[in-house]
Amino acid sequence: MRFVLSVFLGALALAVVASPASAQSGSATLDAVKARGYLMCGVSDGLAGFSNPDAQGNWSGLDVDFCRAIAAAIFDDPNAVRFTPSTAKERFTALQSGEFDLLSRNTTWTMQRDIALGFTFAGIIYYDGQGFIVRGAEGTTSALQLNGATVCTQSGTTTELNIADYFTANNMTYELLTFEKEAEALQAYDEGRCDAYTTDQSGLYAARLEMRNADEHIILPEIISKEPLGPLVRQGDDRWADIVRWVLFAQINAEELGVTSANVGEMTGSSNPEIRRLLGVEGEFGASMGLTNDWAVRIIRHMGNYGEMFERNVGEGSILKIARGINALWSKGGLQYAPPVR
Amino acid sequence: MARTSTVSAKPPRGAGPIAWMRDNLFSSPFNTALTLAALGLLWITVPPFINWAFINAVWSGETRDVCMAPETGACWAYIAARFDQIVYGFYEKAERWRADAVFIIGAIGIFWLATPGLRAKRAIGAFMLIAYPVISYVLLSGGLFGLDVVPSAKWGGLLLTLIVAVTGIVASLPLGILLALGRRSKLPVVRILCIGFIEFVRGVPLITILFMASNLLPLFLPEGLVFDKLLRALVAVALFSAAYMAEVVRGGLQAVPQGQYEAAASLGLGYWRMMGLIILPQALKTVMPSIVNTFIGLFKDTSLVSIIGFSDLLGIIQKGNADPEWSTPVTATTGYLFAAAIFWAFCFSMSRYSAWLERNVAGGKAGAGKT
Repeated sequence: MRFVLSVFLGALALAVVASPASAQSGSATLDAVKARGYLMCGVSDGLAGFSNPDAQGNWSGLDVDFCRAIAAAIFDDPNAVRFTPSTAKERFTALQSGEFDLLSRNTTWTMQRDIALGFTFAGIIYYDGQGFIVRGAEGTTSALQLNGATVCTQSGTTTELNIADYFTANNMTYELLTFEKEAEALQAYDEGRCDAYTTDQSGLYAARLEMRNADEHIILPEIISKEPLGPLVRQGDDRWADIVRWVLFAQINAEELGVTSANVGEMTGSSNPEIRRLLGVEGEFGASMGLTNDWAVRIIRHMGNYGEMFERNVGEGSILKIARGINALWSKGGLQYAPPVR
Repeated sequence: MARTSTVSAKPPRGAGPIAWMRDNLFSSPFNTALTLAALGLLWITVPPFINWAFINAVWSGETRDVCMAPETGACWAYIAARFDQIVYGFYEKAERWRADAVFIIGAIGIFWLATPGLRAKRAIGAFMLIAYPVISYVLLSGGLFGLDVVPSAKWGGLLLTLIVAVTGIVASLPLGILLALGRRSKLPVVRILCIGFIEFVRGVPLITILFMASNLLPLFLPEGLVFDKLLRALVAVALFSAAYMAEVVRGGLQAVPQGQYEAAASLGLGYWRMMGLIILPQALKTVMPSIVNTFIGLFKDTSLVSIIGFSDLLGIIQKGNADPEWSTPVTATTGYLFAAAIFWAFCFSMSRYSAWLERNVAGGKAGAGKT
């Protein structure tokens, strides 16, 4: 009997030693990140406002800050991240081969990537889409006024198709001037060879900075294609995908509930049950993911809510000055909507 | 009274620049047209370039606003603001002295080896080949002697470009020689292996091999066995350049007359001594220009590592170009011009040194290089 018991205990001990952490969280990726002590995050190799190194070598941008938010949730330290710049060509293979724990790199969520490539998109951090920039002096305020306009764009991309669809659908005529390189198309527009330049809207704001007189150009409100950008993870670790997804949801919920990096301390004393659940005052929501219950407090204290993160990196607080537009909360006419913490 | 020197068959040349120009630039209608066309081309390109790069350029400033004025030329203020990053990448500021030490030891060693007349070349050469890589590695990555660890993901800029290039250059020559000898070996297994390796690597673009090393290799290796990404890239670059080097060296081996082999054999030299003492010195002298040519090609190919996400010289400049704080109409152009200037400086010095070496060393008594 004693022998049997000791064998049983030994086996139990072995099992605990062999998988000490999977018993904790149920996510192999989260366990690996905790054991390593830092998050490995794949970011863009340079995209204004989303991820770019500043002159001091610190990474900044919306995609970068989202990785920091996850690190804050796990370690209470937004700097426990190692950023790996990845190019558009290698990003998917690098994620697949485990170079990083998640890819937060202005990647459009498409069906093929989600299903055929074997990734899981965790949410939409930025609703992008093709837009137009025009010279403000011409009095254009809507893309519907572009009838007969000459439009500059890069050749060989989906932008050409989108323009054709949009103008046909609205019974308008246009003339297309295409260029091999994005910079050439932009220069042609800047020199006045076309009335409008088109590419993804976030790119238009960055492009405006490269023009001689940025203030003379306005970006039209219409978006004529869907480019939802979001973080993605490898398929197969659903619990990890959940964590990434709920870090984003926590930030969106926090904005909706008015919780900011400045007031998160006081908000833990709030009587609003939604806020109490989000901030872990009530319930075991953090622990159910393998994190601590104050996970959302950590995120918001270090990185702010979604709105703060947006304004700081791409919005009015940044040099890009991108309008919230469809990235506003659903309650303010936008598309950002997060399921409740409940 | 007899004249002792020979008289040139050519009519005597006039002296002075006008005569020189008549002789060299306007000697025939065709040459005159060529000269004028070339001058025209220079007139169209050079003054605007000088205007842009120097006269209208902005040399100092803290923000992008200094480069936003219309008609601004190159924005050197942007390069100045990011100069540290261009040299060191993301290497921590407090630890940069370690990178500096590596630069300085390397520069002194190369200078010593490259300058004729300095003594103890053999010892210095051995130091540079064996001790220097170890010292550099320990200094750069740390973890020993109380140095903080700096992960290789933080190495970048010119530092990384030089690491990749020097590793490739230093590893490819011995590997290439071995592969070339193997390819001409009488042992079928060695020969077939070497031919297989060389032809496989030469049949695949470098970017494919880098991609393979950086992204696909980890999929094949057992879980948990992870090599540093930079190490994988370095091995890929070294193997790639070794295959090219092997073909260059093989060319040299084939240029050594059969009599040399027979003479060496008749002296009773074994295979390695025959190769080391008789054949390889002649073969390598013959192909010196091609070897340097391969080195120069390799140096420029290192910029391909930016495609697998490394922040080498070109990669770090491309990342800098995306910084909205310095986004201006001239930022990207200035960045690329600066990268080109650095690459040119290195490649041009290599090519000049090799030309000098040919004149003073390779041309010597073997004479195989000059035919």
